Amino acid sequence: MELVCPAGNLPSLKAAVDAGADAVYIGFRNDTNARAFPSLNFDRETAAQGIRYAHRHARKVFVALNTYPQPRGMARWIEAAETALQLGADALILADIGLMRLLRDRYPDARLHLSVQGSATNRQALKFYREHFDIQRAVLPRVLSMSQIRSLAAHTSTPLEVFGFGGLCIMAEGRCHLSSYLTGDSPNKTGVCSPAWAVRWTETTQGLESRLNGVLIDRFTAAEAAGYPTLCKGRFALDGNILHALEEPTSLNTLHLLPDLHQAGVVAIKIEGRQRSLSYVRRVTEVWRNALDCLLADPNAFRVREAWDAQLADLSEGHQTTLGAYERPWQ
Amino acid sequence: MRVSIGPLQYHWPRAKLDEFYQAARDSRADIVYLGETVCSKRREYRLADWLETGKMLREAGKEVVLSTMALIEAESELSSLKRILDNGLFPIEANDMAAVETLQEWGLPFVAGPTINAYNGHTLKELQACGMRRWLPPVELSGQEIATILAEFRELVPNADLDVEIWTYGRLPLAYSARCFTARALNLPKDQCDFRCIDYPQGMPIDSQEGEPLFTLNGIQTQSGKIQNLCTHLDELPTRGATILRVSPLDLSTLRLVDALVAAVRSDQPFEFPLDASRHCDGYWRGAAGMLGQAQEPGESGSPVAPQP
Repeated sequence: MELVCPAGNLPSLKAAVDAGADAVYIGFRNDTNARAFPSLNFDRETAAQGIRYAHRHARKVFVALNTYPQPRGMARWIEAAETALQLGADALILADIGLMRLLRDRYPDARLHLSVQGSATNRQALKFYREHFDIQRAVLPRVLSMSQIRSLAAHTSTPLEVFGFGGLCIMAEGRCHLSSYLTGDSPNKTGVCSPAWAVRWTETTQGLESRLNGVLIDRFTAAEAAGYPTLCKGRFALDGNILHALEEPTSLNTLHLLPDLHQAGVVAIKIEGRQRSLSYVRRVTEVWRNALDCLLADPNAFRVREAWDAQLADLSEGHQTTLGAYERPWQ
Repeated sequence: MRVSIGPLQYHWPRAKLDEFYQAARDSRADIVYLGETVCSKRREYRLADWLETGKMLREAGKEVVLSTMALIEAESELSSLKRILDNGLFPIEANDMAAVETLQEWGLPFVAGPTINAYNGHTLKELQACGMRRWLPPVELSGQEIATILAEFRELVPNADLDVEIWTYGRLPLAYSARCFTARALNLPKDQCDFRCIDYPQGMPIDSQEGEPLFTLNGIQTQSGKIQNLCTHLDELPTRGATILRVSPLDLSTLRLVDALVAAVRSDQPFEFPLDASRHCDGYWRGAAGMLGQAQEPGESGSPVAPQP
């Protein structure tokens, strides 16, 4: 079982490798990937250095090209893919079938993974990507329950990667336009959700207000920790009540499901957070490396250590974690 | 341009479905989409009922298409999908790659619905090779982007036969989740939801704390709070490639809007129908945030802004 960790820059990539990631995933510094944030990501030179560093330690680097190429914009995605392949990237993570076709035709030997943004949630969709584009691994959206993952893994020939820890998307990835509805920018179109340019903070007599493109997302009292206004985690009015109508500010943590995921045949655990700090990357990678080593040494004796949970909670949004859709009660 | 009635997004009781589709038969719509796209547990109409309704509409001269689910997770949902695709009477709107794969295997043509991600001409070419004959673009694309994608596609596949259907009126389908937000709002577990979304024939509105309409909860689907209305862009729609205008049902009165739209399209007259513009948006079509209405600019809805202290 492979541990796949995020890196938004070269120091984070090195930290992930040093802390025991089997693979690190990165993106280039433009809208060709779903973390197109200011001052994040790699240019050709840093990507080359990162890939050399990882390969020297016998680890892999995957390059995310997982936004949907814009009309007449395909050349930018192809250029990014070719750069990644020239530099020796071990896999490309893709969502768009137009891009998949062009790359598969030109590079029959390239290793292609299906991004979570490709939104494949059943074996027939997985079959589509495998038959048409020889997709060699698929990252599953965070909408499936553990029993659905078990069933899917038993029914598909595509190796599966699932999210283990990090930010929790509550909507099927690649099928969510909430961000563009409020701001015009979305993960599919521009590689961002609830973009920083649209965020405004205002201190008012009613509390600290967070807005996204003018829309009030939340209002915090002095006693409350104010979180980033990711729009699905705001407090809204529903039938006269003010509440987190879609989801609480919380992070995904599936440490407790690790033996189940392993038994189901899931081949890789993905950690979310290319936009997070070097210290986040290092600490999360250390905990999961430790957990995976314990699991692989003796699956039957695996127990989640309190210290792991505590360290992960410390790195989570609102210091809260959830099993998300993996656990039925969440739904 | 032709006018279609999109698949009903809400959960209505059987009697209301009967009433709506009988009225749809008498409407001036050219095309009617039938079937459940949101939640596989909704079964006021079963497949046999949808097929009977389809035959009734077809006899009245309507083109009928069966729509399929956007989010398919369970094996049981795949089996239901297969039964719909295998109906033998009506063509299919695919809303997940599972449907695209099966239809391509069977050599059947299909409509690519709004949750099939196609953002460039290369993707359209690939879908067309799989059997796509009609395309309803992702709702977040602008009129200009749609025109550019089509131009790119036609360069790649000259003389392709492709209808283009635009989400012209109705609440926009914005997101799908494993979680049922209606059940959650009512403090019910999803597995014991009691089909309570049937009590919300146009979903549950959620507003900002300042009372601004934001979203509409409809089971596992999140819709726009406002109704997208492109009836004010009838001149521009065909210039961007539209050949079909889709109206998504809200209630029975939607059918009167369908008739007014058909009248406007057929006669080249302006569209005349009493509507409350404050409940409408057209931002996506104009390349802006989807929630924005005619000529409304970002920030207008909010209060003055200041950097974080």
